[in-house]
Amino acid sequence: MDPLIQLLAINSNRSTAELAGILSLTEDEARRRIAVAEADGTILGYNAVVDRAKAGQSGVTALVEVKITPEREGGFDRLARRIAKFDQVRECFLMSGGYDLAILVEGKDLLDVANFIAVKLSTIGGVLSTATHFQLKAYKQAGFLVNSAADEERLPVSP
Amino acid sequence: MDYHNKLSTQIRDLPRSGIRDFFELVIGRSDVISLGVGEPDKSTPWPIREAVIRSLEKGQTSYTSNLGLEPLRVLISEYVEKLFHVTYDPKTEILVTVGVSEALDIAFRAVLNPGDEVIYHEPCYVSYNPSIKMAYGVPVAVETREENNFALMAADVEKAITPKTKIIALNFPTNPTGGIMPPEELEKIAALAVKHDLFVFTDEIYCELLYDGRTHKSIVEYPGMRERTVLLHGFSKAFAMTGWRLGYACAPAPLREAMMKVHQYCMLCAPIMSQIAGIEALKMGPSAYEEMRQSYEQRRNIIVARLNGMGLHCFNPGGAFYVFPEIRSTGLTSKEFALGLLEKKSVAVVPGSAFGAAGEGFVRCCYATAPELIVKAMDLMEEFVNEVRK
Repeated sequence: MDPLIQLLAINSNRSTAELAGILSLTEDEARRRIAVAEADGTILGYNAVVDRAKAGQSGVTALVEVKITPEREGGFDRLARRIAKFDQVRECFLMSGGYDLAILVEGKDLLDVANFIAVKLSTIGGVLSTATHFQLKAYKQAGFLVNSAADEERLPVSP
Repeated sequence: MDYHNKLSTQIRDLPRSGIRDFFELVIGRSDVISLGVGEPDKSTPWPIREAVIRSLEKGQTSYTSNLGLEPLRVLISEYVEKLFHVTYDPKTEILVTVGVSEALDIAFRAVLNPGDEVIYHEPCYVSYNPSIKMAYGVPVAVETREENNFALMAADVEKAITPKTKIIALNFPTNPTGGIMPPEELEKIAALAVKHDLFVFTDEIYCELLYDGRTHKSIVEYPGMRERTVLLHGFSKAFAMTGWRLGYACAPAPLREAMMKVHQYCMLCAPIMSQIAGIEALKMGPSAYEEMRQSYEQRRNIIVARLNGMGLHCFNPGGAFYVFPEIRSTGLTSKEFALGLLEKKSVAVVPGSAFGAAGEGFVRCCYATAPELIVKAMDLMEEFVNEVRK
């Protein structure tokens, strides 16, 4: 992977100047490479990883296992893309194992998620079944520990 | 009681560590950005910590063999062979110690008779000079210079050799300069050691932390060196395990046995918890530190560019996690610079003079610190330098 993209994947909040300094590039070169990666879809977007409980956001998240029927042309792709387009679907992956798609669904409450699954998702032609697991508590998100104590302080001066 | 006259003169006359003086100025201040540390900014990788938690649950809290746990010595042997292309027998040639500091101390004590001279390079880690003196040896400092990127020049070593010289002590990559050894100089020093029949103690504690695609070469790899080398290494830096105090010495059996005598009476064994951590660390191997190494390299790039940008000449170090910028252009001594920077801008760096007289005119900045803190510290240091120069 381009080291510039690697750095952004770890922390997208760095300035172009900082990234350029780390990799000994000019700022213009760093800016150009980021623009190329954004334009060709290598970089899909930028998010802050938020502890939602702390941010005071109510709402529920569910992991939904979905079984679907593959199609003669394109396999799972057309249906998976169609499901992924719903705003309620935060993540959507084709999986190996006992079901086909794992999707992460967000809603403002249980009823909202239930409605989405019953009315929108289950009724799509080709969706065979769903199994819904509601998220109870977050311990790690996108590589960050949630609510963890900071590592012990180092001595300020040591040999 | 007249403590002054009742203390061992050997110990009483040792100077206090310059680092300790500086530490006492900084401790207790919460507003300081510290570039004064000598350790990684990450905790020990979780799988290593987790293995120790599991061992404690199983009740593994006893003494171990004086030599260290056998599985650990076997893994050390394999790891050392991969790094240095030299094979050591885990049964007769490896000793697990409480950090490289203990290994260095017992190696000096095992070899030195009163009056024997030890050549070492300065600026260097603070323990070399006193450890030699505590073993009744005579420390002979050879200066490394910025014009040589703080590498040790064989010609300088040769000038320091006398009939009393017994050991050449090396530590590359070096704390505090980040300097590394060009293979051609290392080869010449190896030839000198063979010619004058000297021991070489090589402290390899930073050898995994090399940048710009470099690979490490140790003096032990040169012809005639294995029989006269004590190879010292540990877990503190690469594996972020400073507080575990775990190191090891590899040496031919008679040397290892002599070191073992001192170790068994004064230390007994390294703590079993640390040894279990060491086993897990070596099972992980480079996967435990490669990401950290890459991030140090990136931080080095930031700090070197910023220091040179503010007019403090700073060579680009090839290893460890320190930079050693020259501060003479400010007209301050290294101590004045470090104290002024601490007082006026709350940034801690260590005066170069703490690492021997040859470090005067420089300060040590550790870049094993979060990049945003490095940037902030550099902004503050630039303000300080500009104010001093006005």
